[in-house]
Amino acid sequence: MNDTPKPNSFRSGPDEDGRFGIFGGRFVAETLMPLILDLQAEWEKAKNDPEFQKELADLGTHYIGRPSPLYYAERLTEHLGGAKIYFKREELNHTGSHKINNCIGQILLAKRMGKTRIIAETGAGQHGVASATVAARFGLPCVVYMGATDVERQAPNVFRMKLLGAEVKAVTAGSGTLKDAMNEALRDWVTNVDDTYYLIGTAAGPHPYPEMVRDFQAVIGQEARQQILEAEGRLPDVVIAAVGGGSNAIGLFHPFLDDEGVKIVGVEAGGHGLDGNEHCASITAGSPGVLHGNRTYLLQDNDGQILEGHSISAGLDYPGIGPEHSWLNDIGRAEYVPIMDDEALEAFQLLTKLEGIIPALEPSHAIAEVIKRSPKMGKDQIILMNLSGRGDKDIFTVGKILGMGL
Amino acid sequence: MTSRMDTRFAKLKAEGRPALVTYFMGGDPDYATSLGIMKALPEAGADVIELGMPFSDPMADGPTIQLAGQRALKGGQTLAKTLDLARDFRKDDSDTPIVMMGYYNPIYIYGVDRFLDDAIEAGIDGLIIVDLPPEMDDELCIPALAKGINFIRLTTPTTDEKRLPTVLNNTSGFVYYVSMNGITGSALPDPSRISGAVARIKDHTDLPVCVGFGVKTADHAKAIGAAADGVVVGTAIVAQVAGSLTKDGAATADTVSAVSTFVRGLSTGVRSARLVAAE
Repeated sequence: MNDTPKPNSFRSGPDEDGRFGIFGGRFVAETLMPLILDLQAEWEKAKNDPEFQKELADLGTHYIGRPSPLYYAERLTEHLGGAKIYFKREELNHTGSHKINNCIGQILLAKRMGKTRIIAETGAGQHGVASATVAARFGLPCVVYMGATDVERQAPNVFRMKLLGAEVKAVTAGSGTLKDAMNEALRDWVTNVDDTYYLIGTAAGPHPYPEMVRDFQAVIGQEARQQILEAEGRLPDVVIAAVGGGSNAIGLFHPFLDDEGVKIVGVEAGGHGLDGNEHCASITAGSPGVLHGNRTYLLQDNDGQILEGHSISAGLDYPGIGPEHSWLNDIGRAEYVPIMDDEALEAFQLLTKLEGIIPALEPSHAIAEVIKRSPKMGKDQIILMNLSGRGDKDIFTVGKILGMGL
Repeated sequence: MTSRMDTRFAKLKAEGRPALVTYFMGGDPDYATSLGIMKALPEAGADVIELGMPFSDPMADGPTIQLAGQRALKGGQTLAKTLDLARDFRKDDSDTPIVMMGYYNPIYIYGVDRFLDDAIEAGIDGLIIVDLPPEMDDELCIPALAKGINFIRLTTPTTDEKRLPTVLNNTSGFVYYVSMNGITGSALPDPSRISGAVARIKDHTDLPVCVGFGVKTADHAKAIGAAADGVVVGTAIVAQVAGSLTKDGAATADTVSAVSTFVRGLSTGVRSARLVAAE
């Protein structure tokens, strides 16, 4: 927006009402308001409590395996012939993605609040697995809501969740994807307010979730910033991450927001292309609206009904995006671009063959953007990308599309 | 200026009985049928009409109302058409208060000022917007009150003594006490707990208190009605619509009469409940 004054810092949001500019807020049913206010109060206390921070850091080191490495992708860099490419290896975390960073933080909070039951929504299943994992680790029962379509296309993660002792509830409402799973989780929460903690997996939802999830994920950017300074003696020219709800992206971006020379690029799922509704590019092709507790960019029709998105990647298949991303877009601090299904699929294969890393389909979108951008940049320039998850869960989807028999 | 809502509740108070507040989903399963339902409600004994606005993602509704919204959207219902329903209804009925109930996004996209102007012109008396708590009053509540439309708030068992004044501030028309935590269409709670909760709310406000969530039969309506200024019935009415449809979800000759017969039964229950709630 042209009339938005440029803030002194891009890192000070949200305000006390949970707003990033016009985005964010607390658009929830009255039943949930007292809980959300409690959660906010408890989160304020916890984040300033050295004991809490110590426990979080300790679990980060010994349970998640932090810090995750920053890896120079030499062969991909040579192949593309442009900027030096570094990956923040979040796929090496316990459970195989960045999702665990947030889950460990929130389960410690749930414990502090005396909650005895965990619920979560999941799309690709990575957040569901991470939630089931921490629930097992802390001995709490866990119910994971997952769209019926996703249950089918992410079968390996469904097995993992069940093995971890979680109950996976397939949601058939709507098109059976992430948004429907989130609706169902909210319905559960409204019904079981006394004992239940809703462990939201992305930096979206009512305040304080967008801020809290971001802060738990910001460890990605904090480490990466320090690691690149150690490796190169300077900051990167561009940081890139895939954006569904946007938690891995905001985690990487946030510590770089006030570094003026660092360009910030979020990659949305372009699906089959932006003409029509077969995509999940909320910012590139959507408009501001209110869903799941916050105002943000959404895919919607002109009656304000939410559209079902499409992406090859279940983790990006969400018609909204975290409110801080919407704000960063509108003030011009970050740029959001779409990558199509077929581009992501090619990037998936290229990385696998050149670097021996099978990426998840979500960061494959970011890799595709790196492939586009790197050759246009100088060899002395640096791209830092968040490799947010590993691709084991996606091998069946990819194998099917590529016509590979087992 | 005395509002249609205030006039209606004053009349019921004089009669010494609680209000029957009936919810139905606008456009379910099609425009003409739902207009027929709306027109049949007052004659069947409804005192206040809640007109549901369908939304693709009704986070606080159970399966019955979710499906009704999906049927309505599939039938081409939009917010503009839901306003048309009220407009058409007002041609024959200028007394029954109409409260539109739903979620914020369709209104936000329609444009708040344009919506309020059109709502007034269509004869709307109040709004219940599930995902706009008091913290979000600047969005719609304050502009609505400024234009003379009631903003009716939900209070719930989680609304404690400390929060109640916040919730009641800027509330007008009536207070809608949701008698349990959960989604619409869940089981009925214990009536004795309800009368306690109603009394607690009445310590803070002079507005009528209507109670909903879980009312399914005339006996429920009677029991709740004895403890409150009004009884809200939603899911059970929507279930009557659903039960009357063809396999493909189309209206039948029985759809309107199924609803009016059911509401007439509720009305008998409500009319036999003396209003005993404390003044």
